[in-house]
Order: sequence, then structure tokens, then C-alpha cells
Amino acid sequence: MMNADNNLVNYLLHLADTTLILSQRNSEWCGHGPVLEQDIALTNIALDLLGQSRNFYQYAAIVSGNNHTEDTLAYLRTEREYKNLLLTEQPNGDWAQTILRQYLFSQFQYLYFEQLQYSADTQIAAITAKALKEIKYHVRWSSEWVIRLGDGTEESKVRMNAAIITLWPYTGEMFMPASYEQTIAFRGIGYDCSELKEIWQQKVKTIFEEATLIVPEKVFMQTGGKNGTHTENMGYILTELQYVQRAYPNCEW
Amino acid sequence: MSFTIFKLCYGDIPDQNAGAAETKQQAPVNEWPLWEVFIRSKQGLDHKHAGSLHAADAAMAIENARDVYTRRQEGVSIWVVESKYITASNPDEAGELYEPAVDKIYRHPTFYQLPDEVNHM
Repeated sequence: MMNADNNLVNYLLHLADTTLILSQRNSEWCGHGPVLEQDIALTNIALDLLGQSRNFYQYAAIVSGNNHTEDTLAYLRTEREYKNLLLTEQPNGDWAQTILRQYLFSQFQYLYFEQLQYSADTQIAAITAKALKEIKYHVRWSSEWVIRLGDGTEESKVRMNAAIITLWPYTGEMFMPASYEQTIAFRGIGYDCSELKEIWQQKVKTIFEEATLIVPEKVFMQTGGKNGTHTENMGYILTELQYVQRAYPNCEW
Repeated sequence: MSFTIFKLCYGDIPDQNAGAAETKQQAPVNEWPLWEVFIRSKQGLDHKHAGSLHAADAAMAIENARDVYTRRQEGVSIWVVESKYITASNPDEAGELYEPAVDKIYRHPTFYQLPDEVNHM
């Protein structure tokens, strides 16, 4: 029983961490967007993701017990305890890289949450069903930008292709379930993410074709995020994310 | 024959004398056009002018308007139109356009007795 609960906690943390870290990355653009309208658009997406992560953290806190709260889970864990996808911790780079990261993730998240809304766990079903409308817009917004940049100017295409080379090795992990994911999927609470690989590739291919971009083939895929092994970016993200809580423990405002 | 008129303020050095690069009097090519945004706050009401924004095309203008003007549940429908397609009346002609209406109070429907049964007038 204890073991089963741990699997659910890990699974919820994986979902929460992934959305929190991508939210944190997108927030870095706040006040720095290329134009005011897109600055707000990306900040809206960051807030959507933050809301999703809070829902998962709150539920994880309840399931785990141990006096955890959403805040202790987000602010007081160390790098190796984070289970987010490696894709979400990759640097913003330029606008093309930020856009592509969002599109590759949102396209996956949409397909994944479409399944999770039928989860045997009513809480997960409710959280994901609510998030789907937000994600649908994220997919629409980011895919249109992928098309604009890919099929835009010579420079925007060069930048888009550079972003593809940078980010593609981090896409494989989305479809390789960690052991806690497999257990949770088996219990009807989660969903086997490897099932989504083909349809995700189809969707991405359609957008890339419209954007006159090429889907890379036979790329070595990085893994580890789901089990706490991160890229060198992660420490820097947490340093900034957790700074206030580490410097002034239990502070409130 | 064409003339160029320079307006110089005290202390200005004319470009042609200063040897500066020629300045062009046109909008930067990398700037997106301006769009006017109209939002309907709920079904049954009119679209009202909410403001303006920059966007590359109509589709982007709708999305930008969604992100900038409806993030606090302000609307259920959006219209956008590129600002250059709006023709505005000339403020200098306000006299002949609007002032003749000032003393025509009989045009206001305020001289009728409304039956009590009629609401919402």
C-alpha cells in the first residue's frame, strides 16, 4: 500500500514539476517579449502552466501526507527530486527556441491529457479536463508561430532549424515511461505515454510540413528527467525559483 | 519642381549640413500594422472599441486581442480591423458636423408621456 502511494506521489510530482519548470522558463520572458502583445501571450501561458502545476502539487501534498504543502513541494526539494521532462528545462534561447519548446510540449500535453481526463482517479481526471482548454490554445498559438517562423524569412527559418537541432534530442523522453508511470498506467490512473508517440509525430509532421521544416530522424534521445537526472540547466533554474524561500525560510507576503 | 521644407528648432543642425545619413520618412518595415479591437462583453450586447494593438495579420490580431483584452473575462466575441481601413471624421469640421444639433432638443423623445406599463425606455 505504501509502495502504491509512492508511485502516485511520484507520478503527480512528475506532472507538477513539468508544468512548473516550463512555466518558470516562460516567465523569464516577462517584460522581454519581442512585442508587448506576445509578451502578454507567453506570460498568459506561463500562468496557465503554473495553475496546472499548483493543482497537481496540492493533490500530491494530500496524497503524500508528511505535512507537505504545495509550497514545500515546489520550493524545498532538491534538483534530484524533481521529475520534470528535460525538454521543459532547456534554455529559452531565442524566440524560435522558446516557441518550438512550447509547441513540442503542448502538442504532447494535449494528446496526453486527452487520455488522462478519463483517469480512474477523479482528481486527476478533473485537473486534466480543466487544463485541456488552456492547452488547446497553447497548441494553436505555438503551432502558428512555428509555421510563421519556419515559412517566414531566411533568418527565421535558420533560427527555427537551429532550435529543432537543439531541442529534438529531448523529445524522446516524453514517450518513455518511468517505472512509476508504468505502474500508475497499469492501475488505470495514468496512461501509457509510449502509445502517443506515433500520433504526436504525425501532428508535428503536419505542422512542420506547413512550416517547410524537416522532422529529424534517427536522433539520439536524452533521458533522465523523469527520474531526477537533469541537464546542467536545472540547478540554475531552482536557484532562481527557490531563492526567496531559501534566503528567508517560511517567509510570507 | 519639388520643394523640401525643413522644420528646424533652435540648436538643430540640418542633416545635409551635418553629414548625417539621410533619414527616411516612412514607417519601419519591420513594424507590424496597427489593428483596432472591438469586444462584445456578453451575448446580446454590442461590440465596443477596446483599444488597438500590433499584429502581422488578422489571425494574429485576433489572438493578440484575446491575450491582451480578454484575459479578465472581458469578452465572448472579438472583431479586429486594420486601423488604416477606418475613416474618421475631421475634428476641424466639428462645428458644422455636430453643433447644429445642439439646439434641436425636439429631436429627443422627451416630449411624450410614456404609459407606466412600458419599461426599459
